[in-house]
Amino acid sequence: MKFTEDHEWLRVEGDLVIVGITEHASEQLGDVVFVDLPAAGRSVNTGDEVVVIESVKAASDILAPLEGEIVAVNDALADTPALVNEDPLGAGWFFKMKVADLSALDGFMDEAAYKALIG
Amino acid sequence: MADLNRTALHALHLRLGAKMVPFAGYDMPVQYPAGVLKEHLHTRSVAGLFDVGHMGQVLVTAISGRQADAALALERLVPVDLAGLAEGRQRYGFLTNEAGGIIDDLMIANRGDHFLIVVNASRKTEDLAALRAGLPDCDVAEVPGRGLIALQGPGAEAALARLVPDAPEFAFMDVGIRLWQGVELWISRSGYTGEDGFEISVPDAFAEALAERLLEMPEVAPIGLGARDSLRLEAGLCLYGHDIDEETSPVEAGLSWAIQKIRRTGGARAGGFPGAGRILRELAEGPARKRRGLRPEGRAPMREGVEIYAGEEGGAPIGRVTSGGFGPSIEAPMAMAYLPPDLPEGSTVYGDVRGKRLPARIVPMPFRPATFKR
Repeated sequence: MKFTEDHEWLRVEGDLVIVGITEHASEQLGDVVFVDLPAAGRSVNTGDEVVVIESVKAASDILAPLEGEIVAVNDALADTPALVNEDPLGAGWFFKMKVADLSALDGFMDEAAYKALIG
Repeated sequence: MADLNRTALHALHLRLGAKMVPFAGYDMPVQYPAGVLKEHLHTRSVAGLFDVGHMGQVLVTAISGRQADAALALERLVPVDLAGLAEGRQRYGFLTNEAGGIIDDLMIANRGDHFLIVVNASRKTEDLAALRAGLPDCDVAEVPGRGLIALQGPGAEAALARLVPDAPEFAFMDVGIRLWQGVELWISRSGYTGEDGFEISVPDAFAEALAERLLEMPEVAPIGLGARDSLRLEAGLCLYGHDIDEETSPVEAGLSWAIQKIRRTGGARAGGFPGAGRILRELAEGPARKRRGLRPEGRAPMREGVEIYAGEEGGAPIGRVTSGGFGPSIEAPMAMAYLPPDLPEGSTVYGDVRGKRLPARIVPMPFRPATFKR
């Protein structure tokens, strides 16, 4: 698993990358009440706003970590946005994307580096 | 952060693991480890303890010593019936300005030989200035060294009764002084959550002991400002600086209920407060806009600043959200907005959320019915 400075995690599954937010990010956001997900099939550039998370406190943007195509989103979040708090690294995932070159993931932090970042 | 004020419960918040934020010049708990959602629901189901020690407590005493003089003097600044407010009773009111806007909203209690006024933390300076300028015949003094604790929820009465045995005998908006371990508690049966509950003024030196004694009880959990906001929003209550301000009139804000008949046109003490011209006219003819409740469809909250439109496309905004968020008890988003007054209840308007116009229904407030002990 890889991590971004924006507290997203990236996990490779076959030729796809699954994206979610870290436990640290989910704790900081507070109770999530709504997740606005992109449409499957959307092409995104690195840094595009693709997801909006509404917590009881505020709205936060999730940016596309890589260039590629969103091929699936986690529909379970529509009815149960709290999955982002309950299981951020598992059932609380946001979307799966197809990227041109999986080696682009090498540029992201590993778990040790991410832990050092959040102290 | 070094220059932020601290309430008497500051150290307790840190021990309880609160996340602290600056609020109105104070370092205040926005949430505890339980989180906003659980804190909100706990208050509605049992009881929550809130530190509201940042709020101002002000005593107004007539120089003549006669309470009737203090009441009539205050009525020059506040459009509510204070001469008719019985000793031991409290009333909601507001200081108005010459333009008919609201300087602050307040709780005013008749304590026999003076009035106790509780004001918003963010407005203490303006309130004291308005009171001092408008009341040369009264002594206006901020109470030093007292904290304020709110105990709210269906379990509040039973919890407080363990320390103050006759607490259940307080009716909604009653005020009184009771001793707890020799310490004077100034108690009122009121709050800002839509729940039954109490607000308790306590000397700073005993505030932590009182809070800890209450928190030991099985019903009582500490609640931060985050849940305080979602609770008051569900209850349809205004937050100063957001839903009401120096531009909004009490009539526009839907607070006409707080202006008793005796202060309105035709009443024995009609007018005579700042901005009476606009306020009495709006009472008679209706205001140009009104604070309305909105229930957005779906789950996306419409937060403060969201522009409201009449239609799905085109047109200029017809209003703006002043407070909005997610209601944990109604399990849905809710918002307040100033809108044209003629829009019927149940009609649909559209809020621009990140460039998308999402539908919202105009609904009556409170979003969740209150449960006061009358």
